[in-house]
Amino acid sequence: MAGLQAAGIFRQGFWSQERIVLGLSALLFLVSAIALPGFAEPANLISIVRSVSVLGLLAVGMAIVIIGRGIDLAAVAIMAMSAAWYLQMLNDGWSEAAAFAIALAAVLAIGLVNGFLIAYADVPAIFATLASGSFVFGFVRSQLITQDAIPVPAGHWLEQLGGVRILDIPAEVFIFGGACFVAYLFLRFTKWGRYVYFMGDNLMAARNIGIPVRPMNMLRYVLSAVIALAAGLLTASSLHSMNTRIVNSTLLYDIILVVVIGGIGLSGGKGGMRNVIGGAILIGIMLNAMTIIDIPNIYQNLIKSTVLLIAIIVDSLLNPRDEQTAQQGDI
Amino acid sequence: MTFHERLQAWRYNLVPDHIIGEILTKRWTDNAIPFLALLVTIGVFGTAIPGFFEPFSLLESTRQLGEFLIVVIGLTVVMLAGGIDLAVGSIFALAAFAAVAVFFIFELPTGVALLASIATGAVFGAINGYLIGYLRLRAFLTTLVTLVIGRAIYDILIVNYGSLIQMSSASSDVWDFIGDGAFSGFSVPVISALVLAVVAHVALTRSRPGWHILAVGGSRRSAHNSGIKVRQTVFMSYVISGLCAGFAGFLIACRLSGAGPGTGLNMEILAITAAVVGGNSLGGGRGSVAKSIMGAIIVLVMNNGLIRLGYGTGTNQMVLGIMLAAAVILDIRWLKNRHKVLNELYVAPIYHRMGETQSAVPDSGTPYALNNRIAHTEYIGLGELEGPEDVVLDKDDHLYCGTRHGEIVRFFAPDYKRSEIFAHTGGFPLGLAIDKDSNILSCVGAMGLYRISQKGEVKQLSAETNRSYTSIVDDARLRDPNDLDIAPDGKIYFTDSTTRYDAHDWAIDSIEGRPTGRLLVFDPATGETRTLLDNYRYANGVCMAHDGKSLFFAESWACRVHRYWLEGPKAGTAECVIKDMPGYPDNINRASDGNYWMAWLGMRTPSFDLALRHPGFRKRMSRRLPQDEWLFPNINTGGVVKFAGDGRIVETMGDLTGNSHPMVTSMREHKGYLYVGGILNNRIGRYKLENADPAWTGPRSYWGART
Repeated sequence: MAGLQAAGIFRQGFWSQERIVLGLSALLFLVSAIALPGFAEPANLISIVRSVSVLGLLAVGMAIVIIGRGIDLAAVAIMAMSAAWYLQMLNDGWSEAAAFAIALAAVLAIGLVNGFLIAYADVPAIFATLASGSFVFGFVRSQLITQDAIPVPAGHWLEQLGGVRILDIPAEVFIFGGACFVAYLFLRFTKWGRYVYFMGDNLMAARNIGIPVRPMNMLRYVLSAVIALAAGLLTASSLHSMNTRIVNSTLLYDIILVVVIGGIGLSGGKGGMRNVIGGAILIGIMLNAMTIIDIPNIYQNLIKSTVLLIAIIVDSLLNPRDEQTAQQGDI
Repeated sequence: MTFHERLQAWRYNLVPDHIIGEILTKRWTDNAIPFLALLVTIGVFGTAIPGFFEPFSLLESTRQLGEFLIVVIGLTVVMLAGGIDLAVGSIFALAAFAAVAVFFIFELPTGVALLASIATGAVFGAINGYLIGYLRLRAFLTTLVTLVIGRAIYDILIVNYGSLIQMSSASSDVWDFIGDGAFSGFSVPVISALVLAVVAHVALTRSRPGWHILAVGGSRRSAHNSGIKVRQTVFMSYVISGLCAGFAGFLIACRLSGAGPGTGLNMEILAITAAVVGGNSLGGGRGSVAKSIMGAIIVLVMNNGLIRLGYGTGTNQMVLGIMLAAAVILDIRWLKNRHKVLNELYVAPIYHRMGETQSAVPDSGTPYALNNRIAHTEYIGLGELEGPEDVVLDKDDHLYCGTRHGEIVRFFAPDYKRSEIFAHTGGFPLGLAIDKDSNILSCVGAMGLYRISQKGEVKQLSAETNRSYTSIVDDARLRDPNDLDIAPDGKIYFTDSTTRYDAHDWAIDSIEGRPTGRLLVFDPATGETRTLLDNYRYANGVCMAHDGKSLFFAESWACRVHRYWLEGPKAGTAECVIKDMPGYPDNINRASDGNYWMAWLGMRTPSFDLALRHPGFRKRMSRRLPQDEWLFPNINTGGVVKFAGDGRIVETMGDLTGNSHPMVTSMREHKGYLYVGGILNNRIGRYKLENADPAWTGPRSYWGART
């Protein structure tokens, strides 16, 4: 018996989703390193992390929302449109401070509106954010900006940020890492962060023990919106422009993919920043490997979405929906 | 009557306030806002776009509407079952590709292309259905992912085979007709959509599978508990949605004779917005095909209108986002607050001036003067009973009464200590009677007229009467059947107290005071129920006169007793025999000395009589105060009154202590005793009558010695 107990990896319950993801990542990494030329080179490894840093940053915001049992389908629209409007204002000759303040205020406002619709008007999160995402894209595109892609003005700090290297590692990686660390501190060590878990576990119970669930609900969508603005600026810094067509891409599903595959259950209350990092690394390796093998973009989409479907199925098997706390109309 | 009072009478009795509340109880009022939105949308874009209403323009725009509507109807079925199907956009595109591929690449007939489209839709729908129905994944996210997968497959197919399709020269008249032709102004998509709409409407509202879908959407757990195969129903709803999207894909393939990268793009958000704007509830159970049609027209007219008016990129998404958010908020708030609005508006009191009455004060010397005679009765079933509204005794002296639990309890003679549940009817059994075959007949509150055989078998005799032409609420249904009696020819005469309130809200009817009580007759020979008399203020107790040629019935809130003639020169008419009593009359029964017993459920008070003359006051009270604090008629003191057939009051009994029988709703004489029941009491009282015929029983009085 002692031998069996020692062989802990065969113990039931050992294979949590988090460990499966880590195992898969390691396996995928090994296979890619052996099979793909140039994969294991330091430059490529850095580019893997760099390529997922924007995605990972967005996933941090999405994770905070999902842990509290919600979802933010407006994240990509907010990210692209806030950054695009900010750049548009700069190009139109606004001062840096004014443009930034206005963009930040707009992002806070849309986060508050999302939160208000969900917390106070009882609109399901998916519909509220689907509608607000559509509105944000439509409003900014038709009223505030003049073309699909807005360039970063020459000499702007965003342009320089794209080139900053610390120990040969691009600044984005540090920003992603820093965001993860701050979010980790927030979720683990602050009262409001703990509330996120309580509310995701059982909203009614959280309400009954006196947590101000409605303001706390709004807070999560505001945080997600602010993180989306940061991700938008980061994108602009590395690409030197903001292309709003990204809203129609599959980026939104990639974010959900990172969060779900990392092991944060969609029914809320579970997971943390480790899962986001794990999910981001796995997706980063996968995307990088597919690019090296030269799989066309449309096939990559098919593969990613199929993986996401499998992840959701596994998620629903590991974290089955609780019919007692699931609400009518919780679709 | 002062001028002010006359004004009040006119204001509250002639203006039909109650209609607003009654209309709001109708489910079709949910459609009012979408319908207004529809009119506004068509009006605005119809005037803004030149040539909007020209036949050719309509034909072309309705072609697209037909396809869109088919998709929305499929989505509606899924939403009614409590899910959502975002994948319709991809299914639509893939089905269009399937049709185009079969027709242009393989050059097969149009029929095969149609089959290919429908099969594509069904397979895709079945995958969604399996994942969501059987694996119980979250509908929104799952179909979001299958939408992306479907779109990726479609993009791959278009990239690889798009050129093959464009180079093909296949053509067919049938294909072209579906795409371009029209039967007297109606294109194939419109006809298909209309046929599908009718079929879907009938299936959802009139068929078992349709009801299952609504039941699962309304309450999944209850549907499961009542034996509906929930998972299979959910699965089928996605298959239906897939089929609809597949068929619509075939139609667009014919219309465009090709498939491009933009086919079906963003269709899912358009379709969801359409379904929700039309008023279908997220989460299921509430919605209709008619709502979807309205929503589809609104969304499509707005979407195409904005494009034709030349608004730039993004405007459509902006407007769609606003519409979706507004519709969802409206839907959720309306669902949540509808009953509050209804509660506020439904009670619509009218002016009523009660006549001067004689005093009922003890020792006042009037025939109504109360005493304390039924304060000391022998209790039957104390603490075992809840709400014996009526009591009746059979020829073997057993005692029957109803309870608020929907049961009829039998107490065994001679001492009435032992009891059994004789039958379970559900509802709240109120008035009781025994027919000549010793069956128990009962007016079951909120349900109808029922017969219980001696073996305890329950049979519904009547639950509805003829509907009047001017009614808004369904006055065919018996809402508050209250008391009954049986004529010598076997016809059953009974009252339905109000058409405005359900049985348990009888007290609110007294606040309103609207005369909607009815006297009805059920004919066992034909099984039909007819309304004989209408417009009484809470029609209550019924009693056949000793000679069987007329009957008495009580009008509670007016404190009157009427006599309705079955035979003789006045047959078919009613006359008031007692008016302006000091108490509210309830059941009436025969007495052994040729007179009649009548229960008083409560006593009039000057304050409530005054309130009846101030409908505005009662209206404010019902809107602003919780129901516990309303001024109701006094039911703390009741009584038993004996009256003669000509309306003369013979004697009055009461319980001034209020301990034994505060509210009396019935009394039955049997072998020298009077058995007293009360709807809010927990006992039956047995009172020894002096000077009563000790051999007289109800069954013998009605059906003679042979029973």
